[in-house]
Amino acid sequence: MSIPGNLRFAESHEWVRDEGDGTVTVGISDFAQEKLTELVYVELPEADREVSAGEEVAVVESVKSASDIYSPVAGTIVGSNSSLEDDPTLVNNSPYADGWLYQVKVSDSSAIAQLMDAAAYAAMIAE
Amino acid sequence: MSDLKLSPLNSRHVERHSRMVDFAGWSLPVQYEGIKPEAVAVRRSGGVFDISHMGQLFVSSSTTGAAAAALDQLLTSRVSALKPGQGQYCLMLNATGGIIDDLIVYCLTADSYFLVVNASMVTEDSDWLRQHLPGDVVLENASEQFGGIAVQGPESAEWFATLQRAAGEPNPVPLPKRFGILDLPRSMGRFLVCRTGYTGEDGFELFCDAPLLGLWWDAVVDVGATPAGLGARDLLRLEKCYPLNGSDLKPDRSPVECGLKFAVDMSKENFIGRDGLVRQLNKGISHRLVAVRQTAKAPPPRSGYTVLHADQVVGEVTSGGVSPGLECGIALVWIASGFHSIGTELMMEIRGKQFPCQVVKKPFV
Repeated sequence: MSIPGNLRFAESHEWVRDEGDGTVTVGISDFAQEKLTELVYVELPEADREVSAGEEVAVVESVKSASDIYSPVAGTIVGSNSSLEDDPTLVNNSPYADGWLYQVKVSDSSAIAQLMDAAAYAAMIAE
Repeated sequence: MSDLKLSPLNSRHVERHSRMVDFAGWSLPVQYEGIKPEAVAVRRSGGVFDISHMGQLFVSSSTTGAAAAALDQLLTSRVSALKPGQGQYCLMLNATGGIIDDLIVYCLTADSYFLVVNASMVTEDSDWLRQHLPGDVVLENASEQFGGIAVQGPESAEWFATLQRAAGEPNPVPLPKRFGILDLPRSMGRFLVCRTGYTGEDGFELFCDAPLLGLWWDAVVDVGATPAGLGARDLLRLEKCYPLNGSDLKPDRSPVECGLKFAVDMSKENFIGRDGLVRQLNKGISHRLVAVRQTAKAPPPRSGYTVLHADQVVGEVTSGGVSPGLECGIALVWIASGFHSIGTELMMEIRGKQFPCQVVKKPFV
């Protein structure tokens, strides 16, 4: 189970990478993708949508279930990973790189530091 | 969780790190390696499913012909026409013709029959049968003693022979004919082999005393069967439009509406539910169960989604999934008559958006 040290994590298993330009990239953790099993469909948010922290912004579907993905931070959606439309299993095979979900221009960058670091997230999923 | 029943194969599922789910009061594997690869393996060569949750009922009588006559009243097939070793898919109907359960009835001897029923219905079916069977016909619910596996796929028959040779049998018994049953009483306990399954592939279902099941599972896996879970089983049966009781079949839906007339012998003069079916056949039906395929990229269909025509709700998805063979969403839909013809273009509403779909011929594959 991999948990990269440079990422921040939400309790709902999304990861956040600070791109250093006021935007973050969001995906789901390796732990989450394994729990979800192989994805067959990903529904991504439209660009320019305003989102608040904790808001449902995407849906990932496996054969057996549809699961909501929440935005860990407030801001504006600036992009999403269109390659998932053709291959949703990128989320399973590369959860921290090719399987990213969407990008947010953060309204308050201090919100990023309030998310869990890798150690805290590792402790949470170990429970 | 502690209330869940455990299969005799439970420790094997745990060892394989299968993902377990609660199904009809049982803890059973939904998948081992993955639903899609398991489904594909069954179609390509073969897989093995734990079906220990299914119910086994024996109906017998010491009065000649009494068991068959009683079952002729309670089931939709002409049970009395079955010869020893033959089986048939049929339905148990309520007084209005609605479906209580779908099952397979096998004739063991002229006066004893074996019924394999859905896990969730064992108690209800047994109660219904006991309530209606005459005093000289005995029902035995053997579901607790029996475990079962389903070996499904094109290589199943060959594997059955290999298994016997591996067990030291120089002259392997061939599988019975399709829907047939072999009743092999052994010194170690009862052992029934049925040429049936719910995947649309050739194969057999093997029922035996629960403690012996593990040996058969291991042997079948050793000859090459891929362990497959409930997820693959659900997808495979959906591709063939085999209905799932509780989802597609309900007590207020009849075999006429559900496209199961083939499982009903209307030439029998009397059986429970017949009057209701006659009424429907004469007056027509307001709804039916149809096969619907998505025609554009869309989220997978799921039970409960509404189906629309010109923004009007005309149906509801009762089972859905993504076909590994067709690589598109497939569903069984309970739809208003008039929108059921093959080729009818419909929309499926998923999270507030509409996605196109079409009524297609059964089965999907």
